[in-house]
Formats: sequence, structure tokens, C-alpha cells
Amino acid sequence: MDLKTTRQGLPWRRTVTTRAAAFACALSLAGCSGVQSALDPAGGDALRIYWLTLIMTLGGTLIFLLVTGVLLYAIFAPPERRAWLGGRRTIVVGGLAFPIVVLSGLLPYGLIVMRDTDVPMPGALQVEVIGEQYWWRVKYPEEGGKSEFSTANELIVPVGSPVTVTVTSADVIHSFWIPNLGGKIDMIPGRINRLSFTAERPGIYRGVCAEFCGDQHARMAFDVVALERTAFEAWRAAQEKPAREPDLPFLSRGRALFRAAGCGSCHVVRGTEADGAFGPDLTHVGSRRTIGAGQFPNNIGTLAGWIANTQHIKPGVRMPSYGSFTGEELRSLAAYLESLK
Amino acid sequence: MNAPERSEAFDERDPALPNPLPRPAGEFEALKKAWEAPRGLSFITAVNNTYVGLWYVGTAFLFFILAGILSLIMRVQLATPESDFVGHDLYNQLFTMHGTVMMFLFAVPAVEAASVYLLPNMQAARDLPFPRLSAYAFWAYFVGGLVFFCTIFFGLAPNGGWFMYPPLTGAKYSPADNADWWLLGIGFIEISAIAGAIEIIVGVMKTRAVGMSLDKMPVYSWAMLVFAAMIVIGFPAIILGTLLLEMERAFDWPFFIAERGGDPLLWQHLFWFFGHPEVYIIFLPATGMVSMIVPAMAQTPLVGYRLVVLALVATGFLSFGLWVHHMFATGLPKMSLSFFSAASTAVAVPSGIQVFAWIATIASGRMKLTTPSLFIIGFLFIFTLGGLTGVMVAMAPFDWQAHDSYFVVAHLHYVLIGGMVFPLFAAFYYWVPVASKYALSERVGRWVFGLMFVGVNVTFLPMHITGLIGMPRRVYTYPVGMGWDALNLVSTIGSFMIAAGVALFIVDFARRFRIARDENAGNVWNASTLEWLPNANYNTRSIPIVASRDPLWDQPKLSQDVQDGRYYLPGTATGGRETLVTSPFDARPQYILQVPGPGWQPLLAALFTAAFFLLLTVKMVLLSATCGVLAVFCVIWWLWETDPGPVRPPADIGGGIAVPVYATGSMNHSWWAMIVLMVVTGMVFTCLIFSYLFLWLVNPAAWPPQGTLLPEGFSPFVSCTLYVVGAALIAYASRTLRGEDRRSPRAVPVLIAAALLCVGGAAAMDLWAHWRTGLSPSAHAYGAAVYAIVSLQIFFVLTTLIMGLYTIARWLAGRLDSVRRTTFDNMMLFWFYTTGQGLVALAVVYGFPRLTGGV
Repeated sequence: MDLKTTRQGLPWRRTVTTRAAAFACALSLAGCSGVQSALDPAGGDALRIYWLTLIMTLGGTLIFLLVTGVLLYAIFAPPERRAWLGGRRTIVVGGLAFPIVVLSGLLPYGLIVMRDTDVPMPGALQVEVIGEQYWWRVKYPEEGGKSEFSTANELIVPVGSPVTVTVTSADVIHSFWIPNLGGKIDMIPGRINRLSFTAERPGIYRGVCAEFCGDQHARMAFDVVALERTAFEAWRAAQEKPAREPDLPFLSRGRALFRAAGCGSCHVVRGTEADGAFGPDLTHVGSRRTIGAGQFPNNIGTLAGWIANTQHIKPGVRMPSYGSFTGEELRSLAAYLESLK
Repeated sequence: MNAPERSEAFDERDPALPNPLPRPAGEFEALKKAWEAPRGLSFITAVNNTYVGLWYVGTAFLFFILAGILSLIMRVQLATPESDFVGHDLYNQLFTMHGTVMMFLFAVPAVEAASVYLLPNMQAARDLPFPRLSAYAFWAYFVGGLVFFCTIFFGLAPNGGWFMYPPLTGAKYSPADNADWWLLGIGFIEISAIAGAIEIIVGVMKTRAVGMSLDKMPVYSWAMLVFAAMIVIGFPAIILGTLLLEMERAFDWPFFIAERGGDPLLWQHLFWFFGHPEVYIIFLPATGMVSMIVPAMAQTPLVGYRLVVLALVATGFLSFGLWVHHMFATGLPKMSLSFFSAASTAVAVPSGIQVFAWIATIASGRMKLTTPSLFIIGFLFIFTLGGLTGVMVAMAPFDWQAHDSYFVVAHLHYVLIGGMVFPLFAAFYYWVPVASKYALSERVGRWVFGLMFVGVNVTFLPMHITGLIGMPRRVYTYPVGMGWDALNLVSTIGSFMIAAGVALFIVDFARRFRIARDENAGNVWNASTLEWLPNANYNTRSIPIVASRDPLWDQPKLSQDVQDGRYYLPGTATGGRETLVTSPFDARPQYILQVPGPGWQPLLAALFTAAFFLLLTVKMVLLSATCGVLAVFCVIWWLWETDPGPVRPPADIGGGIAVPVYATGSMNHSWWAMIVLMVVTGMVFTCLIFSYLFLWLVNPAAWPPQGTLLPEGFSPFVSCTLYVVGAALIAYASRTLRGEDRRSPRAVPVLIAAALLCVGGAAAMDLWAHWRTGLSPSAHAYGAAVYAIVSLQIFFVLTTLIMGLYTIARWLAGRLDSVRRTTFDNMMLFWFYTTGQGLVALAVVYGFPRLTGGV
């Protein structure tokens, strides 16, 4: 998956106005594009909210300048020229009529945006995401003959197709937020919420937990990868398969260590006896872009570092540090995990 | 006098002042003596508003500085990505404490404290109606607040965010004491805020200058009235919330645990039903201050007085209909989001009215650019921006992006710093000459303003963008390469500019502020309201007659005449401290309230109350219970000296008006306080019933859960009958306690005792009935909710018990009779309340599950 985040405007609706908006945005807000930015929309919902943001920012700025201007005029203009301001009419016009008119215009627009945003679409891809301290359990349920599988800390979606994410929490309240694709939705224990969106351009985006959830709330992120349909189907087919058998003695040694250290009591590796449901499913951990809930790029080095120093890297997570491995053991264990593509 | 033209001047209309000159010898001396502050170390037993008000303001400002320092530490941590300056554990405590301390220990106490000092002055009352209650509220807050703050030095500070969402703050995910410090510490400081609110309501309604009818009341009094009413309505929700969460933590009653029928969202509803009005609770008093300062600076009356008052009241009402806008992302149906979205935008209208009223006032006068003016202009600038971003987040779809991001951090700081801190600094510069011998420096003030104004904008303006480009709030660090680095660094630089401004203010304050007990700096701004009359501990020498909203402009000789003692009550009628009680609408003199003087009781009661809660937090139950008993004892000791009765016949206060020195019934100030207290308790109970019904909605199929045995029908009837009989006995005792013979009937204590047995029996019967069915409070939210209602009722019955025994003791000691019966009246009011609450509780607990299909 060698996708780069695309930084140009939205390909499917490159009108003059979006270009002008993008230009204005680039001028005023340096760096508003990004993998985790509400100002760089990559889907219809995010775009609608983006327009709402722009219009309100513009209108708000105008009103702000107007009020400040009137205030400064009231202070500094010569008394005879500002006298007309000094009566009840000012209050009724400026404080009562003006806000009522403006808000009566804004509110219906806001409500229409709300109606059109986060709408469940028929045939949407269903994904379940469960927030846990401090990572994301992601389940793709059985669908049209394709079997269910679990992954963690990444959401792979097909470009241009609607997605409905069903969220809840296994412990405390989290909030699921992918700024480039739309708003956020809270993950509340005992309640099931849904968020629908469509990624309209391929790319890699970043989601985060937006509701404070404890020690490592700051380190609870995930990747969202929007793939073309065929690439998505290929990924899905690969994920459905059980874990790859190690084909080198070095990797077999890694698997033996995995078993001996009891990793399987918390982690699932489908196709092996590791069936712990507590931590992330590691069946295809090697295929993920990052580890530690969006914290580090995924490679043998970071995997080994993570296993040995979990509590140092992300103090407070449920997984203990496994500091007793020798360097060679760590390397083979990490290599085994990395091989689980 | 360069104030613009007035309607007819007062003394042309009515030249005869109530009291002639010269005043009798010794009159003024007696007044001064009655109000003399205790000397030496026992000055801490002072209770009158000039002392307690200043301590209170000072303590609130101390917490502003402390919480500000916490924020500087956070800003250093966030200045660079992946910083190691403080760890996650300390950081999480820092932001929780910053929010909690700023909201609960600075903002609300600060505005309440300012009014303890200012209100009596502004209304020409000699003191607040319950000075010992203000002293109690202050000391409880002082001790409790400082101990609470110190937890940060031991790593024990709460770390779940200032809105303490369970389940994160429940026993499972926060097993340590940190969360208990928040629940007990803050819960108890809220009680202090409620005590202050009751004081303010009665103070505004009952102790005003003669003739200061509601339409002549200073806007500040109106603002404080709305403020106090909002506390009375809003704070019970959070008190109940903390109570439920603490019961869940301590006894495992699952109100918020989803697996056992609870719901985390219940907390959010309770919290934000308080939490959103809280913002306006902080903001309205500040606007009241602005409405006082602007006319003085522009030297012209406020334009649109009625509209401003209307806006204050409207804000108060609307603010209770918006709480769900803090929950736009919780997955509520779009229908309810639309309603709360509309209500949230609507609240912009009354704020707009106030802003344009000030602009109109400025335009109609000539604004002098003094330091208070600069802070007002800064306030208008910052608050307008914060209000506009407020309209943005009121749009639910935008909020789905902005919520819990740095955009919201920016918005709330614009609103709160703009809406409250800047007016407060304007107020410091404006009112210091009332309390101090010297005004603060205008030259330094400009620098203070400049640093703070630029600092606030440099800190918080960039945060709007930081949030929209994805930075969530409450993160102790952030990765490199997100585009947040530069913006965060700018914010950190700005925060130190604010700190420099505040530091400069402190230096200036230390140099110039000298407490004035009788020779203050005087009316340096040529302001129009009564706090600028010559004043001392007794406030004004005589109580003026007010004929307009700007008495000092319209009655040019007022200051001199008041000081000469030519108005009402120029001395003391009973030889002790007094203030004049006036009728609530048109402020006619009603009676002389004998105000209690200095004493150790409120101080000791506050210390023991604080000790009770703080020791409970660290689970020293026995010691805590001892302190609780001692606190109750101190309160009884304090009350014993109150309710003095008619110590002399009605006294002449001048102008041929003779008023009694004692009153009972609905004229009495404590009757009003009792009514307000009943509103508070009624709100607590209403919130509990709401919680019960909310949990039912969460568990419609399990209410009660399968296999729960409901108590038999006869027990509620017995309880019900006992409650009614008890109340009837008290009503009968009240009817007979009106005879000519002041000590008749002899049976009063017997009647009270019999009624106590009834009400105690009713509660015991109720508890026993549930216990017998084997209902467990910890198995399911149903049991927890039932026992919560029963427990609250038992608490009220126990309080009634103490009040009943106290009333009997008063009778036996000869301090209660058919004339001197305020104690009895108050007990009776509380009794009827307890009875009513008990009956509703029975109806809900026994009736509702039968309606919903229980067996």
C-alpha cells in the first residue's frame, strides 16, 4: 500500500468555487490540508461541513468587524455624529432584529446540512469499531458470503462507496473522529452508535479518539485507508485468510516464543492456538501500516521495541513490557509478527 | 455635576428629609460601636460583608493565579511535540485541575464574592441578611478549596477531566482516591455556592434602600438575582450527580454502569443541565458589572435599562434549554439535536441586546478611556468573537467536527476570559476605590490591559485553526508533522504574555491597595450608584431614599445628607447590628432586622464541615463522622443566638415611620430563605426522579428486572398515613401557637415529638419494606435508583428530626412562643416539604413499577 495522501482538491467536483475556496483556505490557513484536518475534506459529509465552516467563518468575521466598527465609532466619532446611535433603536435593531434575521437564515442552512450529513445509505459497507483503552478493535462482519474477520487500529474502506461504522466501547467513553471524512461520534459503553460517510478520494487519513479516555488518550489514533474497489476486495480476501505459516526457521522460532511467552492468551492469531480475545487480533498484524494505535510505522524494529518497552512507550496500556527477551529472541519474535501479512 | 439632564431632581420634589439636624449626641458613636470589628487575632471571627467580601474576593483571585500557573505548565508541555516536560499522569491532573479550579474555585466564587462585598453597598443595606451564612460559606470554601488544590502536589488530584465522565471516573477505571477528591471536594463547595445564592436572593429582594423599587434597582442587582436563581435551579443537578457517582464508587450502586442497567449518559445529562447554565452563571454577574461601569465611564445613564433586565432574565431561562449542545456527538436523534441547535442560537439574541445597549450608552455619552474602559472594550472585542464561534458550534454538523477539539478550547476561553475575566479586571480597577484608600494606577493599568489583551488573542486565536486541523483537546502530547507545532508554540508565547499582565496587576495591587475602613478613595469616577456614598463597616450612616436609578447624579446633596444622618435609621434602635428590611417590590420599610455580629460559630462549623468531607475522601470514616457531628453542633450553637424576638417596641427610624424590630411569617427574611432552600431541595429531588425515569427508559423491559419482588401494598399506605398525620400535628401546633398567652399551648413540644415519631416511623417503614423483599442496591440500576430515593428521603427525615428536637429545645428554654416563633415557622416549612417529598417518593417507588408491568 504505497498510497500518499493526496493534497489537491476534491477530484470529483472541481468547480471554480471549490478552487477559489481552496485558494482562500491556502492563503489564510497555512497548513490546513493534512491527514487529520477538517479543512481538507475527502468526503461529501466533510465537504458539506467544510462549506458550513467557511460560510460561518466569513459571516462571523463580517459581523465581528461590523460590531467592532460600531463600537469604535461610538467611542471615537464626534458627539454630534454618533448621537443617533445612543438610543433604544440601536439595541432593537442591532441586538434584536439583526441577530434574529441572521440566525433565521443560518439555522435552516445548518439544519439542512445536518439532515444531509451522516445519512445511512443502502448497501453501505458495514464495519464495527469498538473503542478500548487505548486502541480500536475493528470488525468486518460477514457479508454476502465473505466471512467475518477482525483487525485493529486501521480502517480500510473502498473509495466512492458508502460506509457505515457501528461503534461502541468496551470500557470507557471514546469518540471516533476522522476529520477528513466527517464529524465524530461517541463510543459509549452499553450504547451503539452509527456513523456513515463516503471517502471520495483515495488516500490515507488519520482518525483519533476525541473524548478523553484516560492515561494514553493522546496516543489513540488509527489509519483510514481509502482504496480503489479492486484493491479493497484484494485486501479483504487476504484478511479473511488464516495467518501465514512461518516458512523460515527464524520465523518458526518467533512463533514458538510467541506461544511460550503466553502472547496467545491475549491475542488472536487465526490458524494457530492463540485465541485470546483481550488484545488486538494479530492474524495479519504485518499488513498494518502502524503499531501502538497509530503511533509508529510498522516494522521489525518498532515491533521489537514495542514488545520490550510497552510500558515505557505508552505507559498505562494493558500490555506489560516483555523486557526479559534477549535481542535475538526479540528479533525473531518481531520478525514472526512482521511476517503475518 | 456633568451628568446630562435629569427628570426633576429629588429634593425639589420632597425637601423634608426623614431626620432633622443636629443628631443626638452619642447616636453615631453607638452605631460605630455596634459595627466595630473584633480586634487582634479574633478578627477572623468577623462576619460582616466588608470583611468577608474582601477575603472572599482575595481567595477567589488566589485560585485564579494558581489555576493559571497550572495552565502555564501545560502550555510549556505543549509548546513542542513529543515533549517530556511533564508526564501523562501529571498532565491529566493539570488539565482537570485547571478546569475544575477555574470554574468552581475561581469563577463562581469570584462573582459571588464580589457581590457579597458590593450588593449591600449598592443597595445601602448595612450588611447582607445572613452575615454568618456568608462567613460560613467563605470559610468552607477557603479551607476546602485549599486542601483540594493541594492534592496536585501529592499526585492525588482528580484526573478525569473537569466534567468527570463515568465510566472513566467510576471505581473500575479510577480505583484511586483522585476522583473522590473531586466528587466530595467540589460537591461540598457547591453547597457553599448555594448558601451564597440564597443569601443573594434574600439580600436583593429584602434589603434595599427605601424607594429602590424593582425598576430602580441597579442592573447589577438584577444580574445577581438572576445569577442566584440560576444557581438554585442548576446546582442541584450537579450535587445529585456527584452524590450518585460517589454512591456508585463507594457502595457499588450501578447508576452509570451499563452492564448492570446504568447509563453513562445519565451523568452527562445531569452534568450539563448544571454545566451549561454554569457558563451564564459566570457571565451574567460580569455583564451586571459592565452595566454599572459603562454608564460611569460614559457619564450617562444606561440606555435600554428595561431591555437589559429583560435580556438577563431571558438568558437565565434559555440557558436551561441548551445543555444537550454539549452532547451533539453522543448519538442522540437528529430531531432533538435540531431543537437544541435552535435554542442554542437563540441565546445569542439576549447577549446581542446587552452588547448593543452598552454600545448605545457609550454613543450617548462621552467614554473616558480609563483602565476600566479599556477592559470593557477588550471584553466586547473578545466576547463578541467568542459569541460568534458559539453560534458556529451551536450548528450541530459543525460541532461534530469542532467538538472536543482545540476549536472548542479556543471558543470557551474566548467566552469565559472575554465574558468574565475582563469584566472582573474592569471591576477591580473600577471598584478598588470603594474598598481602598488609593485607586490603582491608571498608567500601570494600561500595560496590564495591553499585555492581557494581546496575550489572550495570541494564545487562543490560533487554537481555532489547531482544532480544525485535527488536534483533539486533553492530549498530553502530539506527534510531529501534523502541522500543529508552530500554532502551539504561538499559543504558549501568548499564555506567558497573559501571565505577565496578571503579574503586573499583582505588583500594582500590592503597591496601591490599602484597606479603607472609613476613609476610602471616594467617588473617583463620579459614578451614580450608592456604593459610592461615604461608607464604613456599618456601610452608610443612614439609609437613603432613592428616587431614580442614578441617585448620586439626580440627588446632588445625597452623600452629605446620608453622612449627616438625615435619612432613615441614622443610629441603632436595639443597640446591636441592624439593617432595614424593605418590601420586595416597592422597597417600603418593613422592619428592622437584628443582624448577628462576629462569632466563632460559622468559622468552626465551616472547619468541621470541611473536615467531614475531606476526611471522608481519605476514608477516615470515624474521624469524619465526629467532625460531622461537631459541625452540626456548631450550626446549632450559631442558630441558638438567632431569632431574637421583639426585644423592644417598634422603633422610629425617621420621618414619622415606626417599624418593628422583629417580624414573622412571609415578611420575615428567613422565611424567604427557607422558601429558596425548598426550591433547591425540590430541584435535587426532581433531578433524582428524572434519573429514575431516565434509567427506566434505558431499561424499559427490566423495570423492575425479572425476579424482583415488589413490596406489598399495605406498607406505602402506612408510611403515607404516618406522613400525613405528622404534618397535621405540626399544622395543629401552629394553629394553637397564636394565642394571646405567648406561652400557650403547653402541648406544643408534645405535638412536635408525636409528629417526629410519625415521620420517623414512616421513613423506617419505607426502608424496611424494601429491605424485606431482598432488593439489592448493587445488582441493578433499578435497585440503586429505589434505594437512592429512599436514602434521600431518610436524609430529609433525619434533618427534620434535628430541626424538631431543636424547636422543642427552644420552647423548653423559653426562646419560642406565639410571637417569637420564626424557628417554629421555618421548621414547619421544612416539615411540609419533607412530607410532600415523602409522598411523591412513595408514589414513584411503589406506583411506577406497577404501571410498567412489575408484579
